[in-house]
Amino acid sequence: MKMMKVMMLIVMMMMVMVMVSEGSIIEPTCKETPDFNLCVSLLNSDPRGSSADTSGLALILIDKIKGLATKTLNEINGLYKKRPELKRALDECSRRYKTILNADVPEAIEAISKGVPKFGEDGVIDAGVEASVCQGGFNGSSPLTSLTKSMQKISNVTRAIVRMLL
Amino acid sequence: MADPNQETHGPRRRRPFKGLLAVSFGLLFIAFYVALIATHDGSRSNDEGIDETETITSRARLAGVSEKRNDGLWKLSGDRNTPAFDWNNSMLSWQRTAFHFQPEQNWMNDPNGPLFYKGWYHFFYQYNPNAAVWGDIVWGHAVSRDLIHWVHLPIAMVADQWYDSNGVWTGSATFLPDGSIVMLYTGSTDKAVQVQNLAYPEDPNDPLLLKWVKFPGNPVLVPPPGILPKDFRDPTTAWKTSEGKWRITIGSKLNKTGISLVYDTIDFKTYEKLDTLLHRVPNTGMWECVDFYPVSKTAGNGLDTSVNGPAVKHIVKASMDDTRFDHYAVGTYFDSNGTWIPDDPTIDVGMSASLRYDYGKFYASKSFYDQNKGRRVLWSWIGESDSEASDVQKGWSSLQGIPRTVVLDTKTGKNLVQWPVEEIKSLRLSSKQFDLEVGPGSVVPVDVGSAAQLDIEAEFEINKESLEKILGNASVVAEAEEFSCEKSGGSTVRGALGPFGFSVLATESLSEQTPVYFYVAKGTDSELKTFFCTDTSRSSVANDVVKPIYGSIVPVLKGEKLTMRILVDHSIVEAFGQGGRTCITSRVYPTTAIYGAAKLFLFNNALDATVTASFTVWQMNSAFIHPYSDEAVRALSRT
Repeated sequence: MKMMKVMMLIVMMMMVMVMVSEGSIIEPTCKETPDFNLCVSLLNSDPRGSSADTSGLALILIDKIKGLATKTLNEINGLYKKRPELKRALDECSRRYKTILNADVPEAIEAISKGVPKFGEDGVIDAGVEASVCQGGFNGSSPLTSLTKSMQKISNVTRAIVRMLL
Repeated sequence: MADPNQETHGPRRRRPFKGLLAVSFGLLFIAFYVALIATHDGSRSNDEGIDETETITSRARLAGVSEKRNDGLWKLSGDRNTPAFDWNNSMLSWQRTAFHFQPEQNWMNDPNGPLFYKGWYHFFYQYNPNAAVWGDIVWGHAVSRDLIHWVHLPIAMVADQWYDSNGVWTGSATFLPDGSIVMLYTGSTDKAVQVQNLAYPEDPNDPLLLKWVKFPGNPVLVPPPGILPKDFRDPTTAWKTSEGKWRITIGSKLNKTGISLVYDTIDFKTYEKLDTLLHRVPNTGMWECVDFYPVSKTAGNGLDTSVNGPAVKHIVKASMDDTRFDHYAVGTYFDSNGTWIPDDPTIDVGMSASLRYDYGKFYASKSFYDQNKGRRVLWSWIGESDSEASDVQKGWSSLQGIPRTVVLDTKTGKNLVQWPVEEIKSLRLSSKQFDLEVGPGSVVPVDVGSAAQLDIEAEFEINKESLEKILGNASVVAEAEEFSCEKSGGSTVRGALGPFGFSVLATESLSEQTPVYFYVAKGTDSELKTFFCTDTSRSSVANDVVKPIYGSIVPVLKGEKLTMRILVDHSIVEAFGQGGRTCITSRVYPTTAIYGAAKLFLFNNALDATVTASFTVWQMNSAFIHPYSDEAVRALSRT
């Protein structure tokens, strides 16, 4: 009985392993992006990643962009109190990141889902631009550096994947 | 008799039972694994686009295209020391144009179904009623008597059927012999499949064509076998075949080969797909907004789409999804099997060296035959080059180019020539004429007063002496073969015979400026080659806009002077070289060269050559594009 349970467990594990490596196009896709490691870690962190097609992978990354934009906006909101001298730059960042959330992300999701990826490419590129502009507003010492850099990197990786759909 | 192999459940049978189970599991596992390996290869090959050979090409393409398109953006991303630019509403509202077609607000893209009917020019367009970015697409609509003065009309078609609920996309109009209109357009269905649908005016007696009816039997075409559900869009105007049927073509792709499918129909409701393609070009990617039309080899007028014959060539044009360039080629159409071949296969449609209508920001263009004036007119979507945050803040995005006539260049026979429609001259107000000799290394202010709405026509001549000296001088490097507008550094890089031209939307101090110029270079055969460029790299100090240098070689025939025309209209500059042989549309977003501070300069940055410039500058009136009202329509109908 015990032997049977163990064998069943082993077989099931092997089936899952085979299935997972079987369907996943994450690694070959990420190889074609400017940041393989970032790409793989982002896509593997989403349960849909292993069975997604190229469009699906792009949509997962756009979700990450959305999440990161939300996180950054929260950080910006918190900074108003802590660093009131940075109000002007924070206002600009707030505007830029709201654009990512309200314009770039919905545009990219609709475009990729409907098979006109070029508009998705525009939205994704713009997410990187908005992050750069926000960062540039701090004249050197920015409290948002790691977040904006992250957005730029994710934007570059996502763009590479969206271009595969053209 | 009990079968000794039969499975039994019972503690007394445990040991042999366990062994049996182990063996069964083992066999099952092996069988499963074998099955998986067998299907593993199968599913790999069905996988969209990720196989060995493709990864290599796509890496190269990705690198090449990314670098080119990212030019302005990479600089931005890496440059943390430039302060972010603070756009204010005054700067942003200046960007709105005075005489280019644009809706009152929100996003626009492809031109759709342009036509002339009962005294009115109709223009439809991809429109987002909800935002200043692409999405929720419906058909916007406007009418004009002259292709310049427009009045907006209510939305013509919304996404209200299952077969277009995800988008009422691009389409084209065809006139039937009785003068009635059929419209074919792409719908994105509720399952996001791209299909073709038929629509027609609800009331043919309404010259404004306000309401449209969709054929209840839609869709009339669905993606055929072998074509992916999202690679099937933008049906063309139909033309008559020699058998008396109607024929259309629809762009698509097979892997990375751009293709154009062909269908014949009698009633626009049922179609037969031809086995042949109109044309295909490998490695060009998806062909969007295909356009196919005849041009006269000898005459300067336009031709109805159905015209064919020995005095005619045919143009195949496609918008390349991969690069966002519109490419065309001149060739020969074979009606018997619906195929077309280019005159010059080395510059076939979509190849990087193939001809483009326009070397700047210009996409999804569509032509129509204007039976009112016997000309073929070209519309094109001119997108923004700024950030989406600015588009959201200013509340709109995108323009249409000024409609252009398009004809075959009868002098070269190898390219098209485009020119803004005549009617734009009705916007010309006061003018000033100049005849100036400009020495090497000079910048001359051109005093015309306000400089944001201008029409400039100019002729340039390089001083004969300078030319002969330079051509004869062996030490002057032959640089024509290496020169390109994009890569040779822009208008500040001085050569023997150029650059020279105008700097538009320039501040007094030239801190912001947009030079439009000729660069004449010596070729290795001692012949001259002329390039026509627009340099937007210093058009704005803002760092969140894209500022490329655009342009191309422009054919200049013996005895021709160098001519250029420039339309300046706030954030758009349309430049035409040699009567429209080479055209460049640019979007620019100056921060200080706006309102009264925008000036015009003439410059000659050549090292040695003196240039004579004879030119006229007109102030341009607004086109006063009106929102919808009966009054506005009546006012226009009196013109």
